[in-house]
Amino acid sequence: MNATWSRFNITSIVLGFAFLYLPIVLLIVFSFNESKLVTVWGGFSTKWYVSLFHNQGLMDATWVTARVGVISATVATVLGTLAAITLTRYTRFKGRVLFSGMVFAPLVMPEVITGLSLLLLFVAVGLDRGFFTVTLAHTTLTMCFVAVVVQSRLVSFDRSLEEAAMDLGAPPVKTFFQITLPVIMPAIVSGWMLAFTLSLDDLVIASFTSGPGATTLPMKIYSQVRLGVTPEINAACTILIAVVAIGVIIASIANKRREVQRQRDEQAAQRG
Amino acid sequence: MKSLGSIRRDFAPWNDPNAKPYIQFDKVTKKFGDFTAVNNLSLTIFEREFFALLGASGCGKSTLLRMLAGFEQPTAGRILLDGQDLRGIPPYRRPVNMMFQSYALFPHMTVEKNIAFGLKQEGMPASDIEKRVAEMLRLVKLEQFAKRKPHQLSGGQRQRVALARSVAKRPKVLLLDEPLGALDKKLREETQFELMDLQQELGLTFVVVTHDQEEAMTMADRIAIMDKGEVVQVATPAEIYEAPTSRFVAHFVGNVNMFEGKVAERAANTTRITGATGAQIVVENAADAANGADIVFAIRPEKIKVSSKKPADAVNALQGEVYDVAYLGDMTVYHIKLDDGQIVRASALNASRVTEDPLTWNDRAWVSFRPDAGVVLTR
Repeated sequence: MNATWSRFNITSIVLGFAFLYLPIVLLIVFSFNESKLVTVWGGFSTKWYVSLFHNQGLMDATWVTARVGVISATVATVLGTLAAITLTRYTRFKGRVLFSGMVFAPLVMPEVITGLSLLLLFVAVGLDRGFFTVTLAHTTLTMCFVAVVVQSRLVSFDRSLEEAAMDLGAPPVKTFFQITLPVIMPAIVSGWMLAFTLSLDDLVIASFTSGPGATTLPMKIYSQVRLGVTPEINAACTILIAVVAIGVIIASIANKRREVQRQRDEQAAQRG
Repeated sequence: MKSLGSIRRDFAPWNDPNAKPYIQFDKVTKKFGDFTAVNNLSLTIFEREFFALLGASGCGKSTLLRMLAGFEQPTAGRILLDGQDLRGIPPYRRPVNMMFQSYALFPHMTVEKNIAFGLKQEGMPASDIEKRVAEMLRLVKLEQFAKRKPHQLSGGQRQRVALARSVAKRPKVLLLDEPLGALDKKLREETQFELMDLQQELGLTFVVVTHDQEEAMTMADRIAIMDKGEVVQVATPAEIYEAPTSRFVAHFVGNVNMFEGKVAERAANTTRITGATGAQIVVENAADAANGADIVFAIRPEKIKVSSKKPADAVNALQGEVYDVAYLGDMTVYHIKLDDGQIVRASALNASRVTEDPLTWNDRAWVSFRPDAGVVLTR
């Protein structure tokens, strides 16, 4: 490997990162702008953050988004985990390939189509659009992501663990809750986080399936932007970015620590 | 008193017609789709026996063990344990425990929680569980590792945790699936003796599955040699080695020389065999081979003597030349190419440090053996 910093290397790194992060950096910088004009720097201020918390509309939307996210992610995690277990364990039933294809199809389905078809369904069965329908729609959207994450863990799961538990006297249900579930829990948790994040930033499906009184944060931001970008929106986005970034950083640090600890333990064990 | 092998056994319920069988496989067949893993197999195992199922991979030995544990159901036939038919009894209600090849330790539990798992399922009071776990940890010498998780242990320690966990419930039968397969050679030898001591101490019936013949020979009271879903021979290690009943068994266990031939003449005690290339061999153990029958004479390398001059009193002596020599320290292995072209493997114990005029490559040499040194196989 060439470890020296050639001019070419530096240029490509700067260009690459600028391409990825310049828009976000601009957004964060202008959220601290004194001026009301988005593109003109008028000095440092945190006043938009203060006014953000007094903006009832935005606060309501945040609350809706959080509730939709938590509920849909939780339901999707339960359903997705069950689907993953069935698809990895019961390999001999007819049409398994079709079923697994169908579970994963929404992964590549254009969101517009998912949103529109859900809207048509809700209208057809006469469901009033609102909090319930948007939660249901997000569950549909995120379930397949959870199924993918959990399934990839289950494929490498050592079935003899379950056999050992049963051999030692635990009936199947107890075996599932005492052995299988704790072992695959990390995958389930990351499935939940993924589902929650997806629900958090979805605009398209929410626009189709939401109704009065259930405006999510992305919908609110989008509609406000159409009336002109205010630094308040920048502040809201900065907070969102911070929340996501902190979550990602904590998760990766915890992961790294566990990995290091594990390696150290194993080395200690090798030494005896 | 003459007996096969070099050990006298006092424990031999299989020779006692009144002994009550403990585990019985009664005409058991197991099919997976079109594949027959176990074919109409009958087998009897006695209480407190250390029984080994030995065979190459795919011979059905693991399937047999898994049927006993309850993870597979026989397609036909019955399995009895202590007189009770095991049909329809799920694994979690069988009085047998299994030690898995992969150990299958619960990664999210400490060593003591792993060992306590089975006892908790039984509903044993917490104070009793604590006592039993401590006892088990002492038994496998892992007292100071009680609070560790499995990934913090070495391979040998994990193996001992798996063992402790599987005997903690005091099962009627302990099933061991390749129990030492993942250990290195030295540790494996030590652990073989530990397992034997443990079996004696706990007085349990052990059924072990292995592909390692040395392991089976060392540990087991009796060995069942399996091939293609069937039991080929059930006998003590000495009988398997010294009196195999078929070419398969003779080949499978240890090294062997085979002479193809015909029974030329049967007398009261001895039988003369004419080899395919004309060599004459006189043997005592011709079993039921009839005159003129095609047979194989099988003889182990260490029963063959190699010398540069023809021994004066030898009944069977064949001449050839040294083709290959391998010095292994405790013994020397010779490959002698007989004048008829067959290569004979012979091994000599190096009982003294110095050898007068040792044989070397291309030397003329004689191989000789006693009439009772080998067996005649008709199958």
